[in-house]
Amino acid sequence: MSSLGGPLVTPGGPPVVRRKAARFSWRAVAIALTSTVIVFGGLVWIVVNAPNWPAVQKAFLNGPIFWYSLPLLVQAFWKNIQLFLIAEALILPLALVIAVMRGLPGPAFFPLRALATGYVDIFRALPGILVIYVLGFGVPGLRIPGVPTDPFFWAIIALTLIYSAYVSEVYRSGIESVHPSQEAAARSLGLSRSQALRHVILPQAVRRVVAPLLNDFIGLQKDTVLVSIIGVVEIFRRAEIIQAANFNFTPYLGVALVFIVVTIPLARFTDWLVARDKRRGAAGAR
Amino acid sequence: MTEEALHVDGLHKSFGELEVLRGIDLVVAQHEVVCLIGASGSGKSTLLRCINLLEPIDAGRVFISGEEITAEGVKVDRVRRRIGIVFQAFNLFPHMTVLDNVTLGPRRVLKVSRTTAETEAMDLLARFGLADKRDQLPDRLSGGQQQRVAIVRALAMKPDILLLDEVTSALDPELVAEVLNVIRELAHSGMTMVIATHEMGFARDIADRVCFLDAGRIIEQGPPSVILSDPAEPRTRQFLQRIIDAGRL
Repeated sequence: MSSLGGPLVTPGGPPVVRRKAARFSWRAVAIALTSTVIVFGGLVWIVVNAPNWPAVQKAFLNGPIFWYSLPLLVQAFWKNIQLFLIAEALILPLALVIAVMRGLPGPAFFPLRALATGYVDIFRALPGILVIYVLGFGVPGLRIPGVPTDPFFWAIIALTLIYSAYVSEVYRSGIESVHPSQEAAARSLGLSRSQALRHVILPQAVRRVVAPLLNDFIGLQKDTVLVSIIGVVEIFRRAEIIQAANFNFTPYLGVALVFIVVTIPLARFTDWLVARDKRRGAAGAR
Repeated sequence: MTEEALHVDGLHKSFGELEVLRGIDLVVAQHEVVCLIGASGSGKSTLLRCINLLEPIDAGRVFISGEEITAEGVKVDRVRRRIGIVFQAFNLFPHMTVLDNVTLGPRRVLKVSRTTAETEAMDLLARFGLADKRDQLPDRLSGGQQQRVAIVRALAMKPDILLLDEVTSALDPELVAEVLNVIRELAHSGMTMVIATHEMGFARDIADRVCFLDAGRIIEQGPPSVILSDPAEPRTRQFLQRIIDAGRL
């Protein structure tokens, strides 16, 4: 259909826009530069001339403390990387199992459906920090033989439980977006329900939710700082220690920078994936 | 009895309050081509979907080659592999190449080895002029090509009977002929088929028998020369008159 409509539309459409953009580009760049300098220069001038600026500078922008803390923070960030990589490796399969469980048909599977639904409802309702606190302090406090007391272990478990609830909903939306006619086609060939799910429905569903999955992954990265409350010495806890020793907030600026450097490329990558899916959307929508 | 490829006996099907099939009786002999005609909503598609148990039926029985498939304890997955169905909207698997679409059933259901499945698939694809499309994704193909792949996918299971559900209705007019030619070839090769269609000229050409459905019942059936030219039932006449007025016969 588009091959019929295409040639008729294109000669008038996009080229005009492109020519226009090319003709005005230098002027546009000059305008953008000037207005940017005025706006940002103005903001900087206001901030720097605010009455308490020297105090702010001293507390948040201390050069020596920054350069002293940055390597320590980067080193501590390795803990966060471990946390989100291990947790994500557990979340992706667990959430998929939960999503599939919620979609099981028939009365015989009611207990499994109820279990999955209950799990998702509860862990999406609970504040993450509560789960981390209860698991990280409460469970080891019971001193049950054989149950680990390592806060790192409980941090992983807590993050996995919290995020699997969200991620299973992402999967579920993907599964539900695959048209029922796909299952009908698979079943008509004699494939069983689980074969249809595995070979036909899930491959399409997962492809459609890659971008939202990455979004949750970014969220998980940032939420690894929450486990500092149960004593895991990761980047935020490390910053707290340095801050307490120096009565200076500059280490938090370092933490912020590390997260920005890690997260922005991933966010851009997600945007790119979404844009790509949109381009392909017309073809793959069926 | 062994001559019967398909036997439908008193089939009833409702969607909620709406009774779509009100007692369908239909016997299809082996190598017979039966065309189902009738207005949209007369129950043609639902009948086909009930025959391969994609829709649960409310009452009645269905036999394939003399064996009741609606009996208690019959495994539906085993039944469906013997009944091919081709849908109006193709329903190819968009994430798989043409070859993978065709070999999925044989490999996963019939447990045929990959090599054997691919060899057989390539034979079928070549027979219908699709050999060069083997590595394409479905959305790279024209509608006619997609529908031919869907037919090949159904044939790869070596079904006893093939059900075709308005397989040309979603196609641009210039692509209809290539799909009809494929079906014509299948008819000549002796494939047993039940075809729901709006293409009356095509039905007249290839059908051994035409069944006219109205409001969930087969109200008239017989050879196409009779049903399409000189039907007995006023409702059949009325339907054909509308088709003629629309320039489709």
